[in-house]
Amino acid sequence: MPTVSVKRDLLFQALGKKYKNVEIKRADEEFDELCFEFGLELDEITSEKDIISREQGDVRAAGASDVVLYKIDVPANRYDLLCLEGLVRGLQVFKQKIEAPYYRRVGATDGKPQRFIITQETAVLRPHAVAAVLRNITFTQERYDSFIELQEKLHQNICRKRSLVAIGTHDLDTISGPFTYTAKAPDDICFKPLNQKEESTATELMRLYKNDSHLRHYLHIIEDEPHYPIIYDSNGVVLSMPPIINGDHSKISLKTKNVFIECTATDLTKAKIVLDMMVTMFSEYCAKPFTVEEVEVVCPDGSTCLYPDLAYRKELISGDTINQKVGIKESAESLARLLTRMCLKAEVTGKADEIEVEIPPTRSDVIHACDIMEDAAMAYGFNNIARTKPKTYTIANQLPLNKLSELLRLELAAAGFTEALTFALCSQEDIADKLGKKISDSRAVHISNPKTAEFQVARTTLLPGLLKTLAANRKLPLPLKLFEISDVVLKDDTTDVGARNNRRLCAVFYNKIPGFEVIHGLLDRVMQLLDVKPSRDQGYYIQAASDSIFFPGRCAEIISHGKSVGCLGVLHPDVINRFELTMPCSALDLDIEPFL
Amino acid sequence: MADAGLAESVLERLEKLDCGVDSQDVASVLSVDHQAIVGAVKSLQSLGELISAEQRSSKHWELTAEGKEIVEQGSHEARVFNAIPTEGLSQTDLMKLPSGKVGFSKAMSNKWIRLDKGHESGPRVFRMVESIEDTVQDKLVQVQKGLTGKLDEKEKNELKKRKLLSEVTVKSYWLTKGPSFSTTVTKQETDLTAEMIASGTWRDKKFKPYNFEALGVPPECGHLHPLMKVRTQFRQIFLEMGFTEMPTNNFIESSFWNFDSLFQPQQHPARDQHDTFFLSDPAVAKDFPMDYLERVKKVHSEGGYGSQGYKYDWKLEEAQKNLLRTHTTAVSARMLYKLAQQGKFTPVKYFSIDRVFRNETLDATHLAEFHQIEGVVADYGLTLGDLMGVLHQFFTKLGLKKWVEVGNSGVFRPEMLLPMGIPEGVSVIAWGLSLERPTMIKYGINNIRELVGHKVNLQMVYDSPICRLDS
Repeated sequence: MPTVSVKRDLLFQALGKKYKNVEIKRADEEFDELCFEFGLELDEITSEKDIISREQGDVRAAGASDVVLYKIDVPANRYDLLCLEGLVRGLQVFKQKIEAPYYRRVGATDGKPQRFIITQETAVLRPHAVAAVLRNITFTQERYDSFIELQEKLHQNICRKRSLVAIGTHDLDTISGPFTYTAKAPDDICFKPLNQKEESTATELMRLYKNDSHLRHYLHIIEDEPHYPIIYDSNGVVLSMPPIINGDHSKISLKTKNVFIECTATDLTKAKIVLDMMVTMFSEYCAKPFTVEEVEVVCPDGSTCLYPDLAYRKELISGDTINQKVGIKESAESLARLLTRMCLKAEVTGKADEIEVEIPPTRSDVIHACDIMEDAAMAYGFNNIARTKPKTYTIANQLPLNKLSELLRLELAAAGFTEALTFALCSQEDIADKLGKKISDSRAVHISNPKTAEFQVARTTLLPGLLKTLAANRKLPLPLKLFEISDVVLKDDTTDVGARNNRRLCAVFYNKIPGFEVIHGLLDRVMQLLDVKPSRDQGYYIQAASDSIFFPGRCAEIISHGKSVGCLGVLHPDVINRFELTMPCSALDLDIEPFL
Repeated sequence: MADAGLAESVLERLEKLDCGVDSQDVASVLSVDHQAIVGAVKSLQSLGELISAEQRSSKHWELTAEGKEIVEQGSHEARVFNAIPTEGLSQTDLMKLPSGKVGFSKAMSNKWIRLDKGHESGPRVFRMVESIEDTVQDKLVQVQKGLTGKLDEKEKNELKKRKLLSEVTVKSYWLTKGPSFSTTVTKQETDLTAEMIASGTWRDKKFKPYNFEALGVPPECGHLHPLMKVRTQFRQIFLEMGFTEMPTNNFIESSFWNFDSLFQPQQHPARDQHDTFFLSDPAVAKDFPMDYLERVKKVHSEGGYGSQGYKYDWKLEEAQKNLLRTHTTAVSARMLYKLAQQGKFTPVKYFSIDRVFRNETLDATHLAEFHQIEGVVADYGLTLGDLMGVLHQFFTKLGLKKWVEVGNSGVFRPEMLLPMGIPEGVSVIAWGLSLERPTMIKYGINNIRELVGHKVNLQMVYDSPICRLDS
């Protein structure tokens, strides 16, 4: 969930609220309530100074601003609420202070739109691009900051850290179209990037940005490509090298009047959404508010498209459907009013209880009627919906394997053993080297991206976890008697994913003496509980076996109804040492699935 | 019991007195060590209310070993004086006496003796007076007799400085008669025996009272892990509410069931390497229900079922990637798909509590694996009001008021349900929460590492109470 921070004073000013200092606490509370009603969460009331002081200490915070900031949690797909402009617009519409604006794409004044030409070279890299012009915009410091901040927020969220979409904004009066979006070898690209004094080749830039705390995160997107994406104007001036950096030449400032916005992308749908967001949010400050000048994008095949999309879509939905899914009984008119407050302009059509809902370009999150219902429910107030009991009548069943596990757990505790709870993930060493086995001989599944060795594999036996639990509790009085009934994971070709869980029972006895008879007695007790008699052919028996885990001559295999179901024995001193234990230890490892 | 005779002597002594007596005085009157009296007092106390004994402490003066020697042999200076014959003694010989050094200087300052340095046979010491009065010895004798009061503070401190006296603190008891005072002590039995029961002698015996202040002997037993105890209670709640347990014993899942089937787009941040554990072996899943997979692909890339879809290039390779499931909802998806395949739809209520895995940054409340609790209801005509109602019932059973903090809930999207073949009109409501969080709240544990994993202190497991969620 992205967090948006806005200055309280600016927000209240924009919401048309005035307050005296004494009322400020009440104002905070009121805003908190408003956020809740609107599906947002006022996460924190803070200041830049507080934030720096908390993260880096008071000394660093000394000079920082103590202007009050609201940190607001915004639902992940509500890109229209990621800046002050959108937030205020949304809230004002919700409170019925204003009507939702209608966003319009308009032609260029001279009738000739700016052209943005995509060449074939981009196809393998970032094949898509969209663009638009904000004409006669007036920036102030706050508006400018918000404009930059929104780009960053979009980059981090919908743009997936610039991998899907990258935004470039330019002072149109410093460049001249048509613009060409192409790709070139890094050494053939040379320009002065944003806020640098010298021209550099792309190869040099990539080296330079390796140490840039911000940009280094994006280098990997194109780093290993033979060609890098690049945008030129008609005079060969570099606008940007997406998704890394803009050119210094066309950078925008407070004085910029006409803004050229381009978005390059690997996902066209997202590029359109991102461009729509940028222009719908900031066209408010244009001479003709909420109008955006079109740009003609020419694809490599010669086809052309006009952007921004700014598409409005209409959905028809019956009031009854909404009422039925939400669990309320509102008239179609009332529902239409609720939806309109959510920036989804709605009207009853007159045909039965049908409602026509217009989804604006700012609401890219509304992709199905169920999203409309959700907004209706939110505007109605979740807390106003009556709680009802589902009439669904069902008979409960336990999963037989879990039922067996639960029953056995209780009995093992009754037998004097204490339940451990260990991790399902572990290191290769835990299940192989430390047990005197080779990892290649195991049926372990391997994790491809573990952050540490603790998460290399899923366990194939519960024993290492219990031994590590013993090691962490060596100071407790002896004997230590532990058990765990849980799943291990084994590779298995017969399942769709190539692996399956296996429910095991593992127990250890740790004392000054090995206590084989104790662990053997536990096996006998477990078999008694499972109603399996000691018998060669009709029940269970144990027979001598050898395993690197156990001391030679002190290991036995458990055979039940002719099948091997586990083993028990006295641990090998090497195993004891490798798990940093000092006393003899005996163990039981049993597959309980055959006893279902 | 300690010496019964002594205890009776104490009682006899106490009988003669109306007010009370200090155990010290009893010791000196009976000429026994005070510790023996203390033993007798304690054993009398254990017999009920025979006597009452109030502990008190007093300071008193005692002779040091050197002080005792002086009581017997006289002070060092007196011994020096007595050692000198009328004809005098050479200083060298005098210094060889045990008390020589100290006695010489003291006797000199008392002017009992004089030193003739110029004597023909070397320095020689002579008596200066005929007889002496050994006041040091006299004072120490007083102290030994217990008549310390006859010495003033200055004298006592001087003797203390000479290390002949020391001040000691003595703990003693002020003894008075108890409500059931008697001078006879009957021997009390420690406990009932089979023999007494058989012979009936228990009738005539008195039994030593138990100390109900002490703790009992802990039973030898095993223990259940607190997180598992809470899991048992959650299972119980679901079963009470008529929910059937889902088979969640499959930690390895394909991206298809974990993400795609839930209508989670392939570029979603949760599908990032930084959030999810992917497998290198076995790396990919196979045997997908292909017609269903095609419907999933279509709803993602083109939309359908009333949806705009995400309109991106859906890739099979992404869906095939195996992973450690990030939520049990992957199993819910498999169950709902299975439900849709059974022909006629029947309403269901499902639950599960099992492990899920996240490749997250670890901190005090986050581990790479935790238990997810999930509840799912599928039926025709379920409403948001039903979801809120069932959540309310569930959390009321938990005894948790602020459930918003610990869980997530919602209605499954049509883009998830309709491609499975779940009939239109059927709604599926679901909610989930972690098992660890409410357990930590319940047992007052702040760091998750103190609750799960091999590093937990087993003493915590031994000591944890049973789990009653609603109380």
